[in-house]
Amino acid sequence: MSERQPIYLDYSATTPVDQRVADKMIPFITEHFGNPASRSHPFGWTAEKAVEIAREEVAKLVGADPREIVWTSGATESNNLAIKGAANFYASSKGKHILTIATEHKAVIDAVRELERVGFTATYLQPEPDGLVDLAKFKAAIQPDTVLASVMLVNNEIGVIQDIEAIGNICRENGVIFHVDAAQATGKVAINLEKLPVDLMSFSAHKTYGPKGVGALYVRRKPRIRIEAQMHGGGHERGMRSGTLATHQIVGMGEAFRIAREEMEFENARIRKLRDKLLHGLQTIEETYVNGDLDHRIPHNLNISFNYVEGESLIMAIKDIAVSSGSACTSASLEPSYVLRALGRNDELAHSSIRFSIGRFTTEADVDYTIELLKNKVSKLRELSPLWDMFKDGIDISKVQWAAH
Amino acid sequence: MAHIFFDHNSTTALKPEVLESMLPFMVEQHGNATSRHAYGRTARAAVERAREQVADAVNAHPSQVIFTASGTEANNFAVHGITSNMCHGQILTSAVEHPCVSRPALAMQSRGWRAIDIAVNVDCKLDMHHLHNLLLTPTNLVSVMLVNNETGVIQDLAAVADLAIQHKAFVHTDAVQGLGKISVDFADLNVHAMTVSSHKIGGPLGAGALIMDKRLDIQPLLHGGGQEKGLRSGTENLAAIVGFGIACELAIKNLNAFAAHTQNLRDFCETGLLKLGAYLFANHANRIPNTSFFAFPNIDGETLVMALDRKGFAVASGSACSSDSTEPSHVLLAMGVDTDLARGAVRVSFGLSNTINQVQQFLTVLENELARLRNLTAMSA
Repeated sequence: MSERQPIYLDYSATTPVDQRVADKMIPFITEHFGNPASRSHPFGWTAEKAVEIAREEVAKLVGADPREIVWTSGATESNNLAIKGAANFYASSKGKHILTIATEHKAVIDAVRELERVGFTATYLQPEPDGLVDLAKFKAAIQPDTVLASVMLVNNEIGVIQDIEAIGNICRENGVIFHVDAAQATGKVAINLEKLPVDLMSFSAHKTYGPKGVGALYVRRKPRIRIEAQMHGGGHERGMRSGTLATHQIVGMGEAFRIAREEMEFENARIRKLRDKLLHGLQTIEETYVNGDLDHRIPHNLNISFNYVEGESLIMAIKDIAVSSGSACTSASLEPSYVLRALGRNDELAHSSIRFSIGRFTTEADVDYTIELLKNKVSKLRELSPLWDMFKDGIDISKVQWAAH
Repeated sequence: MAHIFFDHNSTTALKPEVLESMLPFMVEQHGNATSRHAYGRTARAAVERAREQVADAVNAHPSQVIFTASGTEANNFAVHGITSNMCHGQILTSAVEHPCVSRPALAMQSRGWRAIDIAVNVDCKLDMHHLHNLLLTPTNLVSVMLVNNETGVIQDLAAVADLAIQHKAFVHTDAVQGLGKISVDFADLNVHAMTVSSHKIGGPLGAGALIMDKRLDIQPLLHGGGQEKGLRSGTENLAAIVGFGIACELAIKNLNAFAAHTQNLRDFCETGLLKLGAYLFANHANRIPNTSFFAFPNIDGETLVMALDRKGFAVASGSACSSDSTEPSHVLLAMGVDTDLARGAVRVSFGLSNTINQVQQFLTVLENELARLRNLTAMSA
């Protein structure tokens, strides 16, 4: 174990399990360990009942019917199931073109790429520089053979909220199945699927203080959306997704979503205050750029580039806080974030970006500490930077013709 | 009423040591194993430790272990993943496979593949002659389970693999019911890929693995963040993976004790069952030590299971996944068992926590219930 844990400001990568959630889960790992598919004894019945209560909680948070919720092992599986499942089911009737956004999570982008490999075509629409989708451009990108569109509700890196209702209406008008990745949205943005023109929606538990290893896919019943199963076996989840259900994890997701529903309003207000404080504190540092629109954005996220600072050195210098540069899933690579590049940020700004994500257990003291730490470290790193000197001398670095050696 | 659990092939209670190992990774050590900060690195180290524990349990190298969310996912991954880059051809699966092997194979028929069952004999043993004949047609993949979940019969997998490889087919085995009950040696079995699962060995639900030959050109089932060397995207289920690792370690440590203890219970149980007039399925074959699959002529299995449940014994009428349906066990039908007798099938599967006293009670209750049910049948006849 390390001497002192850094301050956790990476809630968009994963959240700790809320103690209340853990308390609900533990009896289902120990005493009530039955297989919910076992119909012949109470070990199975207790498990099945708990699974159905959790299904209701998940449905309630997003305004769905419990029968529209299919359990999965996480948002990655939900996204894969929705995209491949619907595309394959409707390809023969609607066509083989997929429309998505260049800033989607890898689980969407790579599922679409996989479809391209097997004969589909795809458009990866560029968002505007603020990260938002332009509705006219979206509409124009729909083709006669577009079968499915996939747009995330909240972006994992920059936290911007897309206008899902308007995008969904365009899809409806054009007979396109509409999938939304809402992994980063639950408990942060109100979702009412009774009203929203959305056909399929992916959820994750571990981004909302539930356990890792469980997620769900919303599959609309009216009008009914069909998907081709990607996992075959015992025929669980009405044949849409086979595999023994991990009861304790499902129970945890239900409890996490219940807490989210009850506490969202209060929690978002508190977090917004912290985020605004962090934003104002960091903006006192010269040459900082917020990535993504600030108005259409969850209060939990702040993605900011520190110009004239090398990103990797900055991450190393601020080890006392746990943040990420780019999303966790791609942070093993040193390539600049594809999301920021899609916004038109140059490589330098993309490289020097930090994602701060604030959550349930963040305190004002954490934010104060972070502001001071960043002020201090950014200024130190800039002292070492020749580019910063040139900038201070009034030289426009983008106009400099670097000589080759 | 406290229930006595005789259904360990469906799922097992979590071992206390496993729970203890998992708890810190649920609340305090909650990092995403892909993150690079301290939380992420702690999570990554825990995943890699578990990978070593799983590899050790099956005599594989840690780099051969790909974590999945379940045995079902690992089986689907094997069947779809191995064949994904091939032109259509032929897949052979044993006639007694779990549906999470046979159904993915059947699903591929819509894409032009041939999925064919390999016959088994009355003892649930694979018909090697039939396999040999089927292999005369070029075959891409052979998938045969190491241990059948219903009868507990152990297949001679090394011989299956030998024959299949001679005919240039890839070989996968579902070893979910073998791990923790018999010695499972990936290197010795000589297969290309093998499925194992956590919750059948005292580990948590939510973790499984495909053990695979790294030369295999396998395509992922789930695309995304590129976890598990790009073969299984999705944030690692940290707590479940840690628990799976510890469960593997314990299962290997307890293997001999498990075998001796459950075989003792099973033999005692079967002696009693025979006295009560039971027909034991595949009892002459090489079986795992904890499982007994039987029927009483003219007694409906489902009815008997419910009657036993009311008396406090949790047993199964077939595999849990299919216990929704009233069809007789596909395993027994494949073994050539008469449909009426197959409808009577009941499975008991013991674990380390069961006692001889419980089995004794069970036999007494069973005798009474049988008398009662026969009476009812006689009256209605």
